[in-house]
Amino acid sequence: MQVPAYVEYEKATSVGHALALLARFGPEARILAGGHSLIPMMKLRLAQPETLIDINGLSELSYITVTDGELRIGALTRHAQLLDSPVAGAHFAILHDAERVIADPIVRNWGTVGGSLCQADPSEDLSAAFAALKASMIVQDPDGSRTVPAREFHTGPYETVVAPGELLTEIRIAIRPGGGSAYEKVGRRVGDWPVGAAGAAIRLAGDTIAEAGIGLTAVGAQHFAAAEAEEFLRGAPATEASFARAGEIAAKHCRPSSDQRGPADYKRHLAKELTTRALRRALLRARHQDA
Amino acid sequence: MQITVTVNGSDYTREVEARLLLIHFLRDELRLTGSHWGCDTSNCGACVVWLDDTPVKSCTVLAAMADGHRVFTVEGLERDGTLDPVQQGFAECHGLQCGFCTPGMMLTSRWLLNHNPHPSATQIREALSGQICRCTGYENIVRSVLWAAKHAEEPTS
Amino acid sequence: MSEPKGAAPPGLRSEGRATREGGASKAPAGERENTAYGPVKRKEDARFIRGKGTFVDDIQLPGMLHGAILRSPLAHARVVSIDTTAAEAHPKVRAVITGQTLAGLKLAWMPTLSQDVQAVLATDKVRFQGQEVAFIVAEDRYSARDALELISVEYEPLPVVIDAKKALDPGTPVIRDDLAGQQDNHIFDWSAGDRAATDAVFAAADVVVAQDMLYPRSHPAPLETCGTVADMDAVTGKLTIWSTTQAPHAHRTVYALVAGLPEHKIRIVSPDIGGGFGNKVAIYPGYLCALVGSIVTGRPVKWVEDRSENLMSTSFARDYHMHGEIAATRDGRILGLRATVLADHGAFNGSAQPTKFPAGFFHIFTGSYDLQAAYCEVSGVYTNKAPGGVAYACSFRVTEAVYLVERLVDVLALELGVDPAELRMNNLLRPEQFPYTTPTGWEYDSGDYPRTLQVALDIAGYADLRREQAEKRERGELMGIGISFFTEGVGAGPRKHMDILGLGMADGADLRVHPTGKAVLGISVQTQGQGHETTFAQIVAQELGMSPDDVEVVHGDTDRTPFGLGTYGSRSTPVSGAAAAVVARKVRERARIVAAAMLEASVGDLEWDNGKWQVRGDPEQGKTIAEIAMAAHSSLELPEGVEGHLSAETVYNPPSLTHPYGAYICVADVDAGTGEVSVRRFIAVDDCGVRINPMIVEGQVHGGLADGVGMALMQVIAFDEDGNCLGGSFMDYLLPTSMECPSWELGETVTPCPHHPIGAKGVGESATVGSPPAVVNAVVDALKPYGVRHADMPLTPANVWCAIQGHPQRTDLAIT
Repeated sequence: MQVPAYVEYEKATSVGHALALLARFGPEARILAGGHSLIPMMKLRLAQPETLIDINGLSELSYITVTDGELRIGALTRHAQLLDSPVAGAHFAILHDAERVIADPIVRNWGTVGGSLCQADPSEDLSAAFAALKASMIVQDPDGSRTVPAREFHTGPYETVVAPGELLTEIRIAIRPGGGSAYEKVGRRVGDWPVGAAGAAIRLAGDTIAEAGIGLTAVGAQHFAAAEAEEFLRGAPATEASFARAGEIAAKHCRPSSDQRGPADYKRHLAKELTTRALRRALLRARHQDA
Repeated sequence: MQITVTVNGSDYTREVEARLLLIHFLRDELRLTGSHWGCDTSNCGACVVWLDDTPVKSCTVLAAMADGHRVFTVEGLERDGTLDPVQQGFAECHGLQCGFCTPGMMLTSRWLLNHNPHPSATQIREALSGQICRCTGYENIVRSVLWAAKHAEEPTS
Repeated sequence: MSEPKGAAPPGLRSEGRATREGGASKAPAGERENTAYGPVKRKEDARFIRGKGTFVDDIQLPGMLHGAILRSPLAHARVVSIDTTAAEAHPKVRAVITGQTLAGLKLAWMPTLSQDVQAVLATDKVRFQGQEVAFIVAEDRYSARDALELISVEYEPLPVVIDAKKALDPGTPVIRDDLAGQQDNHIFDWSAGDRAATDAVFAAADVVVAQDMLYPRSHPAPLETCGTVADMDAVTGKLTIWSTTQAPHAHRTVYALVAGLPEHKIRIVSPDIGGGFGNKVAIYPGYLCALVGSIVTGRPVKWVEDRSENLMSTSFARDYHMHGEIAATRDGRILGLRATVLADHGAFNGSAQPTKFPAGFFHIFTGSYDLQAAYCEVSGVYTNKAPGGVAYACSFRVTEAVYLVERLVDVLALELGVDPAELRMNNLLRPEQFPYTTPTGWEYDSGDYPRTLQVALDIAGYADLRREQAEKRERGELMGIGISFFTEGVGAGPRKHMDILGLGMADGADLRVHPTGKAVLGISVQTQGQGHETTFAQIVAQELGMSPDDVEVVHGDTDRTPFGLGTYGSRSTPVSGAAAAVVARKVRERARIVAAAMLEASVGDLEWDNGKWQVRGDPEQGKTIAEIAMAAHSSLELPEGVEGHLSAETVYNPPSLTHPYGAYICVADVDAGTGEVSVRRFIAVDDCGVRINPMIVEGQVHGGLADGVGMALMQVIAFDEDGNCLGGSFMDYLLPTSMECPSWELGETVTPCPHHPIGAKGVGESATVGSPPAVVNAVVDALKPYGVRHADMPLTPANVWCAIQGHPQRTDLAIT
C-alpha cells in the first residue's frame, strides 16, 4: 500500500484551538477530520501538508438539529450519522438519497460532511444536494464567522472559499412547508463516484412550482447547480412536461467532459434524465405520495 | 510522537510517526497480522477493524487518530477459546476460501448483528458492500452471517 | 494435434454408472460408497477465522529490510541517466539497485515463460508505464517509499504504441529493439484446424455471420498483492524465499537457472496465499530484486507491491481482438467456425502457457458443438503495456475461445430468428459421440450436454422468462436472457505435449503412513483458497478407508514436497488429485502385502472391503490401514524383496486433459434511460465429473460467476493515447461487490472423466470461463428492440447507452 510523506501532527481541543493552530502553522497545514478524502490523497502523495490538525475530538461540531426554522448540520457530522438521522431525512429526503449512494457503509462511518464539501471534488454528491437545497455554509475564523451560500462555496475543482486560517463549521438549510426533494445518481458500480447525478428540491403552491432547486454533479454544472432550469420551473405547473423541459435545460447548460466514466454526450443525457427523475420523485414526496 | 491505543482490551504505548497508518501500527508494530490490506484507495476493505465501536478502513486512519481510543480486530473475536458465532458461521457455511478478506468481513458482520440481530440477505449485502471478496462470489458470506444470526444464542465451542 | 488416449476404465456412462470389472478396488469412484467424499468442512478455516493465516506480508524476520520499486511514469522512453546519489545518502537506505547493478550480475534481463526476455530493471529503455527502473532497500517500508523520490531519472520520451490494431502498421516504432533482428512489433503467428476444409464449408453454407469482438484487457486482482521475502544465508549458502507463488517448484528451478544458484540450496515457501487466479504464476522483477537485495545486504529483504503496482505491472489477462465467423444452414445447423485473432501481449511476451501453445488452448473455440470444420489463426503483437496475457482463470485462453463461440452462436440465433436455447440444443454434441475429437484436435472425454442444458433451462424456468420478457417488451421495459454453454480443457497436461519452460507438466505426490496409522500426503500443487488441505485429504482418506482428519496435506514448501508445476489452469484435481489417488492406491497395495503377512494368507486371497484388507469372505480377519501401518514398522517378517514401513511416491503424467463443461443462464434488466444493467438471476449448472467436496466445488463456481458479472459490466484496463494506464487503482478498475452479484442458483450433473483415477475433472475456472458470455448475451438480448447485435465488454451504463444510440464504445482505449 502507498504511504504518506512525513507530516507533523497536532490535536485540536476546541474550535478556537483549531483556528489558533491553523494560524500558527500557516497555509501548509490541513484540517484532518474523517481523513477519507485527505489521507488517500496523502498516500498517493498528491497532497503533502506539513502539519495535520486533527479535529476529530471536537464533538461540538458533530450535531444535526432544527434551530430557528433551519436544519443545522455540524461539519464534523459523519456521513453515516446524516444517513441515520430521522430529522434530516424527514425534512430533506434528498440528503438520505445522496448519503445512501456516497462511497460505502464503512467509509461513511468515518468520512464527514464538512470534509467532503471542503475536498470539493467536482463529482462530489453532497455538493449537488446542498446546492439543490440552496443551503448556507458557516465559515469561521478567529474573528468570527461568515455565511456563504452553497452556490458560492466552491470556486473551482478542489477549491473552496475556506481560506487557510478558516474552518467550515456548519451547514444550514431553511425549512419551508410544501417541499419535497430527491437525488438520483448513476455510477458504474455501487460506491463509485457518479457518472452523473442530479438532486431536486421543490416547493409547491397548489399544483404550481413555487420554488425549485436543482443540483448537478460530475457534469460540469456551474456551482453544482442548474440555475436556468430552476428559473424555468418557477411558476410552472408541476407536470411531467415541465420536468422533461427542465431536464433539457439543465442538460443544455452543463459542460461535461469525456472520461472513463463515459463520453460527454452520455453525461449530458444523464443530466437531463436524472434531473427529470429527481423532480418526479421530489413531487411525489411533496404530495406525500412517495411509497 | 507517543500514542496509547487499547487493542482488544489491552493498552499499547508506542512511539510512532504521525503518518503511520493504523493498519501498519496493528500489523507491523503490534504484530497483529490478522487485519490485512489490499489496495491504495480505500476501496477493498481488507483492513476493516473497529475504532471505538465503529468499523473503519484502517488504511485510511492514522494511528495517531486512535490515540486514547479503542480498537477491535479479528484477534479479539474469539474469547477464552470460544469462537464468536460469526466465526463459526463462516466455517460452517464455507464463507471463506483464501481467507484474506475474511477478518474484515467478520468484523463488519459482527457489528451488523450487534445492531440488527436478524438482518435480511439484502441488508447483509448492503452492510458488506464496501468490502471486496475475489473468491466466494459473496453467496456463502451472506449464508454465514445468516447462520450466525440464527445461532447467536447457542453455546459455541 | 491430438492428445494421446489414456487407459480409461471401461464402460463409464453419464452419472457415474459403470460396469464393474475385477474387484471392488478397481471400481470407479462413482460406483463405490463415497464415505470420505462430501461436503466436509475445511481444515484450513481454523487459522483463517482467527486471523492466524500466514501471508507473505505477515512474515517478519530478524533484521529484515524492505524493498520498494521506482517505476517509469512513461510508456515508452529511452533511459538517459539515473542518479541514485541522494537516495543512497538517505540514512535508512541500505542498498540501491539499478539496471546497471543487475547488468553486472547478468540479471538485468530474465527469461519469460514464453521464450522471450523481460527487463528486471530497465537499462536501455522503458517500454510500459509502470516498468521497473530501480529498487531501494531500506530499514522500513515508509523510508523505502520516501527514498524513491530521491532517485532522479532522465527520460527521453519516445512515440508510444498503444492500439494493438496499429502495432504492425508500417513506420510504427519498434518496441523490442533489444532483440536482435526484431524489425517490427510482431511476436508470433499460430494457427489450428484445417483452413481449406473450413473455407469450403463456409463457401457452401446458406448463412455466414461475422462479428468482431474484443475481450478487453482485465486483471485478476487477487485481494492480496504479489510479494516476497528473500533471505540469503551467506554462511550456509541457502536461499529461502517466501513468495506468493502458485508454482513454487517451477520458481525454484527458474531461480536456479537465472541466478546461477544451486537448486538444492534454494527453498521456496508459498505460505498462505490470498488468491492467485493466475496472477501469481510469473516471476516478477520485484522477486529477483529482493533476492539480489538480500545477497547484497546480507539481510532478509521483503518486497510487497502495492495495488497500483499490481494492476499496472503484473500479469494482465485477455486482450484479444477477435474476428469470428460462423457458418450454418438456414434451418439452424451450425457447420463451421473461423476466427482471426490479434493478441496484445504488451511490451514483453510473458504469457504463461505450455510451450507449444503460444495462443494457449484458444483452438478449443469450436466449443460444445458438432462442427464439420474449423480454423483459427492468432497473431501476437507487442505494445507499450505491461506483459502477461494468460491469467485470471482463463484456462490458457479458454475464456477467450468460449466467449467467441458463445457470442457467435447468439449472433447467429439473432440472424436466423431462432431461440438461442433451441439453437444450442440442436447443435450440442450428443453423449454417444464421446470421446469426441474436435476439428482442431481436442479429444473431449465425456459429457451429456443436452441433459445439462435442460437442467439449466428447468431451473431458470426458461419458458416463463421468455413470456415475461415479451410482456415487458410491450411496455418498453428491457429484460434479457443470456445463455452460455461451455466446454473447458483443463489439467495440463501430458508431458509429451505440454511443458512450461521445458518442465513437463507431470506432478508428483508422496504418501507416508506413520506407525500409529495417521498419514502425511505431500503434493506439488499450491492452494490459494481452493481448499486442498481438505480435498486432498479426502482423496487419500477415500482410498485408504481413513478419516480425512487423519491425513495431513503438506504443500507449498519445496523442501518438503515433490516436484510439480503448480496450481493454475484448474489442474490441481486433474493432475495432482490423480497423483494423490494413485499414490494412495500404491500404499494400499503395499499394505495388502503386509496384511497378507499378518494374516498368513496369500496376497491373492485378500480383498479390500470397507476400509480393510481381509481374507475373501471372512471379515473377522480384516486389517485396517492403521493396524497394517504399525505392523509394517514392527518386527513382522515380510516376504523376500518387500521393504518395510508404509509409504509410496508417484509422478502422475496425465494421459489427456479433462473437459468439464456447463450450461449457464443469466437474466438481466436494463434501464433504458440510463443504460444501467442489473443482473437479476444467474443459473449455473456445472459438470466437473466426480465431486470430491461439493461444498468446495460450489464455492469455486460462486466465485467465478462474480468474475463474469465484473468482466461483463465493469472491469477493464484501458489506456489513453500516451500510454497512461487508466485502470491503475480500485477507483477505476472496478470489482463487483455483494450488491452487483445476485444469489447464485446452482445445479449439477455428473459425468465422470473416464481417464482420471477418481473420475474427477477440474472446476476452478469453469465459472470464470462460462459466465461473461452469459451476461453479455443477456444484455444484448435485452437491447434487441434497439437492433443491437453486439457491444463489447465492459457494458458500463455509458457503453449500454451508446449501444442503444447505435454506436457502442471501443473499450480498450480512452473514451473521447
